[in-house]
Amino acid sequence: MINMKVNLAGVELKNPVMEASGTFGSGAEYGEFVDLNRLGAVVTKGVANVPWPGNPTPRIAETCGGMLNAIGLQNPGIDVFARRDIPFLKQYDTKIVVNVCGKTTEDYLEVVARLGDEPVDLLEINISCPNVKEGGIAFGQDPKAVEAITKACKAHAKQPVIMKLSPNVTDITVMAKAAEAGGADAISLINTLTGMKIDVNRRTFALANKTGGLSGPAIKPVAVRMVYQVANAVKVPIIGMGGIQNSEDALEFILAGATAVAVGTANFNNPYATVEVVDGIQTYMEKNGIQDIQELVGAVK
Amino acid sequence: MAKVKETAQVISQERLAEGVYSMWIHSPAIASQAVPGQFISLYCQDGSRLLPRPISLCEIDQEGGRLRIVYRIAGKGTEEFSAYAAGSPVEILGPLGNGFPLEEAEGKRVFLIGGGIGIPPMLETAKALKGEKTMVLGYRDSQMFLKEEFEAVGQVFAATEDGSFGTKGNVLDAIREQGLKGDVIFACGPTPMLRALKAWAAEENMECWLSLEERMACGIGACLACVCQSKDVDSHSHVHNKRICKEGPVFRAEEVEL
Repeated sequence: MINMKVNLAGVELKNPVMEASGTFGSGAEYGEFVDLNRLGAVVTKGVANVPWPGNPTPRIAETCGGMLNAIGLQNPGIDVFARRDIPFLKQYDTKIVVNVCGKTTEDYLEVVARLGDEPVDLLEINISCPNVKEGGIAFGQDPKAVEAITKACKAHAKQPVIMKLSPNVTDITVMAKAAEAGGADAISLINTLTGMKIDVNRRTFALANKTGGLSGPAIKPVAVRMVYQVANAVKVPIIGMGGIQNSEDALEFILAGATAVAVGTANFNNPYATVEVVDGIQTYMEKNGIQDIQELVGAVK
Repeated sequence: MAKVKETAQVISQERLAEGVYSMWIHSPAIASQAVPGQFISLYCQDGSRLLPRPISLCEIDQEGGRLRIVYRIAGKGTEEFSAYAAGSPVEILGPLGNGFPLEEAEGKRVFLIGGGIGIPPMLETAKALKGEKTMVLGYRDSQMFLKEEFEAVGQVFAATEDGSFGTKGNVLDAIREQGLKGDVIFACGPTPMLRALKAWAAEENMECWLSLEERMACGIGACLACVCQSKDVDSHSHVHNKRICKEGPVFRAEEVEL
């Protein structure tokens, strides 16, 4: 009997596979295709203190092996979310990770404090969204700001806090160390890389927001490299993501040092991607005589 | 009703006009549930193209278990689809979205209006609709794909941008030139056309239903890419953004800001 359970900041996941925030709603839509009970955790789309309308359309554009998005964190706000999405997710035997977004420190703290009374397992603080003018990435590109927001969230949070880092920095390990110094219980990386696409026929930007976040298999090597660097720089567990399409991709992240992994853009290409990654990791472990997934975490030095 | 994702088979592929293709797909699981105005997502075989392409259903043959799409080559993805020959596998998901509310049109005089690549979904809608219907189709030029098939269903008025056939101009020019009257509009086409029809329907106090288009990623309501501005607060995010893939693509004209 192989063991796929992982311990993420004191929370036991039945397997290391979740999906990346923003690609899966709160699970209701993809629940028509996959059994949410089979996922280690469901990570919700970012939730703010009040509803956010997001950016104008077009909000997405395809690129070679990837896509740009500038959704702008459209969300219903914590009230509707707590009333509707958390009870929905509680029907399933999976852990609930709520992604928290905000424009100011106070916004983040309001949501964090509010979630303290809710049956959620982990909080993922989004300090890396490249598509909103205020907040988001502004908190994630300066180590002092990273440490300060982490510390503030930790002081108000009842659940373990995961800090989601941006790859749009010179040295990701500096940000990871700052999050750890602020008391982060875990780190997730990478969020999207800021990019741009121009429509040459219309001579305009493909996205109304001009820039968007690049995701998908095109960014995977960057993400694996950053997970490896961070795994060697901090002690807290890492959730690795960025272009995971199948179990082989997921295993790269685990071998680089990720305790858990998240499947994002692949859901759009294949709504069954998450459970296929779970099955594929299990098959790999069976074939290779791996008893415990922990044997694989960071196994490539 | 459940959405189905499957590897279906191409039955036939035909070029109808410059850059416009017609594909019949064998998919009993989707055909048995689909209604006019709905769409399917097609996935590319080329792995560098990740996002499915949403394409409206032009015909639904429930008995034969077949779907027909008529689409324009707009980029590499649709170019790939146009090269699929009979017997090729094609990865599809559907049926998606909501169709035209045919029951709203019962006993009324209905306009079925299509512009450009918004014409195809109006064919199945026209076939399914009982009662008095007037079809108005807007084309760029004399390459009037599907026109004969509409004529088999009822009376068709055409407009061409270059004036090579019918009324020179757009669908509304044709309607005005011919003095056409009706009670309800069902329409699909480019946004300027939909905007003009919405304004005209308001002037004439007509009921108006429009099928919208936007770039999509998931196609099932999760990613929030394909929103349109709505008059009322939407049920999902409690802002003014209805999801075209989920709450649409067909909306009551007053419901959306164009």
